[in-house]
Amino acid sequence: MISYLANRTLMMVPTLFGVAVLIFFLLRVVPGDIVEVKLRGDGGTVSAETLEAERKRMGLDKPLPAQFADWMKGMATFDFGKSMWTDRPVTEEIAARIELSIEVAIMASIIAVLIAIPLGTLSALFRDTWIDYVIRLFTIAGLAVPSFWLGMLVILSLLSFFNWLPPITYTPIYVDPIANLSQLIWPAMAVGYRYAAVVARMVRSSIIEVMKEDYIRTARAKGVYERLVVSRHAMRNALLPAITVIGLEFAFLIGGLVVTEQVFNLNGIGKLFVQAVSRNDFTLIQTMVMLIATIFIAVNLIVDVLYAALDPRIRY
Amino acid sequence: MTTRHQHGASAEPLLSIEDLHVHFVTSRGVVRAVEGVSYQVHKGEIVAVVGESGCGKSVTSLTVMRLLAQPAGRVVGGRIMFEGRDLLTLGDEEMRAIRGRDIAMIFQEPMTSLNPVLSIGLQIMEPLTIHLGMSEAQARARAVELMGLVGITDPERRLDQFPHQLSGGMRQRVMIAIGLACNPKLIIADEPTTALDVTIQAQILELMKDLVRRLGIALVIITHNLGIVARYADRVNVMYAARTVEQGTADEVFLTPKHPYAIGLMRSVPRLDRPRGQRLETIEGLPPNLLKPPTGCRFAERCPYRIEICATEPPLAPVDGDHLSACHRARELPLAAAATSAAAVVPAVDLSAQPTLLEVEHLAKHFKVPARGLLGGDTRTVKAVNDVSFTIARGETLGLVGESGCGKTTIGRVVLRLDDPTAGEIRYDGQDLGRAAGGEMQKLRRQIQVIFQDPFSSLNPRMSVGEIIGEPLSVYRLEPDSRRVKERVGELLTQVGLFPYMAERYPHELSGGQRQRVGIARALALEPSFIVCDEPVSALDVSIQGQIINLLEDLQRRYGLTFLFIAHDLAVVRHISHRVAVMYLGRIMEVADRDTLYAAPQHPYTQALLDAAPVPDPLIERSRAPRALTGELPSPLNPPTGCVFHTRCPKAVEDCRHIVPELREVRPNQLAACIRL
Repeated sequence: MISYLANRTLMMVPTLFGVAVLIFFLLRVVPGDIVEVKLRGDGGTVSAETLEAERKRMGLDKPLPAQFADWMKGMATFDFGKSMWTDRPVTEEIAARIELSIEVAIMASIIAVLIAIPLGTLSALFRDTWIDYVIRLFTIAGLAVPSFWLGMLVILSLLSFFNWLPPITYTPIYVDPIANLSQLIWPAMAVGYRYAAVVARMVRSSIIEVMKEDYIRTARAKGVYERLVVSRHAMRNALLPAITVIGLEFAFLIGGLVVTEQVFNLNGIGKLFVQAVSRNDFTLIQTMVMLIATIFIAVNLIVDVLYAALDPRIRY
Repeated sequence: MTTRHQHGASAEPLLSIEDLHVHFVTSRGVVRAVEGVSYQVHKGEIVAVVGESGCGKSVTSLTVMRLLAQPAGRVVGGRIMFEGRDLLTLGDEEMRAIRGRDIAMIFQEPMTSLNPVLSIGLQIMEPLTIHLGMSEAQARARAVELMGLVGITDPERRLDQFPHQLSGGMRQRVMIAIGLACNPKLIIADEPTTALDVTIQAQILELMKDLVRRLGIALVIITHNLGIVARYADRVNVMYAARTVEQGTADEVFLTPKHPYAIGLMRSVPRLDRPRGQRLETIEGLPPNLLKPPTGCRFAERCPYRIEICATEPPLAPVDGDHLSACHRARELPLAAAATSAAAVVPAVDLSAQPTLLEVEHLAKHFKVPARGLLGGDTRTVKAVNDVSFTIARGETLGLVGESGCGKTTIGRVVLRLDDPTAGEIRYDGQDLGRAAGGEMQKLRRQIQVIFQDPFSSLNPRMSVGEIIGEPLSVYRLEPDSRRVKERVGELLTQVGLFPYMAERYPHELSGGQRQRVGIARALALEPSFIVCDEPVSALDVSIQGQIINLLEDLQRRYGLTFLFIAHDLAVVRHISHRVAVMYLGRIMEVADRDTLYAAPQHPYTQALLDAAPVPDPLIERSRAPRALTGELPSPLNPPTGCVFHTRCPKAVEDCRHIVPELREVRPNQLAACIRL
């Protein structure tokens, strides 16, 4: 197990390096120049010399391989550089927002899992009855409805029915849990719905598969109570594929809340991302991409470890 | 419909199935899976239900357990009386309380019938805590006792293991332990040993027989293997196309069968105890489609004794006391035994004058099991084939027989050059096949073809039969003209007993036997001279098996083909082969011509294999002492030193641990690898 984890952690290095190469050169292929945008953005006249000086200050005048080498050197020493736009360290920029994003992602996952597992199970056990139809309608709607639209509906209905709007400023949960939750629960629900729908459908189909297995028939032939057949014999086997989906969706949420954050006016990673991209803030974009890639890989690793915990056939 | 009177008024049967009808509702219509089946099981009795796949034998037993697949399966008529209660009218909870308590069931696939994520201990203890209300500690103690009873060594440790850590035979023992847990009155075993090797099969069946006799449990064995029926059953029910066609004691059904289907089955099964006949007698045709069953006798279409009256349905009626048959002509039928012995015995063809076609010398094939990850680890080596030498003469069939994991399929793959040999020589018609490459190999491939085991998965489901058979022709550009390809496909289909119009069909539209014929036609397309047949009939029913074996023999005679025939079924190998090689754990144990090998096996492993395989004759079986080989097949990752068989060999001595025995001539034309001979 230890050597497996060490192995997998080592494997992260080449994967992340690949991501780094890709994002670094992709960014530089895309037209646009941060110095132009920053200094001439509001139509002012700035001399070419000033622009050149600014480029030099940011290190953008060096050849690409040298720039890349600088970046890599920085990463290796945990110096991720400064935002080209604000001049603040990117770690600070990200730290200010990541808390909110992670909190929403975790809340959405909890909501999703709490909804998805019972619904998926019921749907599978009452397959092709009205219960199944209602649940499937609910889940397919979750896939079809974009979460930003659902978010707008939530805000509109809160406003028109309760004449209340969630707070706009972010309060960390350890400062005031009520204020925090009353702000974040709504976006968490809006994205959690889609998340729940994805997971519930996975749970449904894997329970249907598992219930056809020979060992379920064996359990019944032993006279095991039907609820025990489901909870003890079917559930653990059926959850394995569901866990993969839960993990991937979670990682996706951390970086993928762009539109929802806009709707709920949240200052999270998604919003920062959009800003960074529109300003061509290379350092910030690169660091965020690396961060999200790391989260993806880490979540995958956690999923694999959970697999081993649930399935005795998998041992590392 | 009942036979209760024959057992005396006092002997109420334990289980009585009366006129059972079961339907399956499918998208293509209603499948009448069981129609009017009745049989009884008395206390302490072993009853066999025998028939081919789809005849309804498993559906009947699942209905007894009320475990039919829902919602498709429906019981539409009949009663299942168990200890005075009709199981079909019980509530779900009442039925649950009977399952595992009074009636236990053992399933076919030990590999999939145990829950992979739950410990062995929990799975054995479950019925104890549920039905008998035992505490955790009591159940654990009883589980250890049960595991000892079914011959699992080191039970304490095994309790905490998981199914994947046990071999197939061990898992089936666990299933039996689960079945025995609550001292049931009846055990239903559905093909309990079909997935197991023959020596393990013998161990498991002996164990079951022993236990049910000792504990007074009634046992229903559902099987397609007539040898098992003959060895173990007191009474036999023969099913065909959803109906019972014959019922009687084992002696009655085997010695004087009174239904043409039963007679046909007895004749078409290749037998270990009989010399090879000219051809296997077979039951021609296919079982009827149960979506639209024919009226009248279901077997009439395939029956050689058919007359006009057969258009009406025959009742299952007594022929002779206990012995029931559903045939209008039951009393006029000839004796099966007489008919069989009348079949001509062919002397083995003299192949010594024939030139050698394939020559394998000191062949070895090792597979590396790689360690995972960047940091590596130690790779381990599976020595699938070790120092194997044999020759095959032109026109000869060499049977390669052995249990799973013995390396017989690997040899086939290496000879086909689907895998490269690790060491050794393979010469085909004087050419170096082991090292041939490029264009040379292309040429050789045209002459060496293969027929695979599983006709269900070895044909591409997206290709029509015509495309499958025609593909080799276009790959080798033998027929540039597409119309000629079509004609050639038609010819090939006719050669294997199908019809040219079938070229338009897709594999799923064909039966198992027809698919295997397509596989044979594909192999013949390039007019090869040598064909590797890898278990070509083991997925097929007995009556279909006979048809395919006959076809292979006909083709061999007509085209002078040479076969390497790989199989685990000793009787099939005996029937088709000229010479037989017996393999164990990557090595050849014995090679001899067929008649010598079966009449006077020299190697202890060959003897054990022949002892373990049951013969479909209750008289012979009763006279044979059960001599089941003990122990499990060692892992090829870590084979025993010296003679690989010494761990299970009844004749092993100290030297066997150290000396790797040479394959040497122990009697004229009979080679064996054993230092004790």
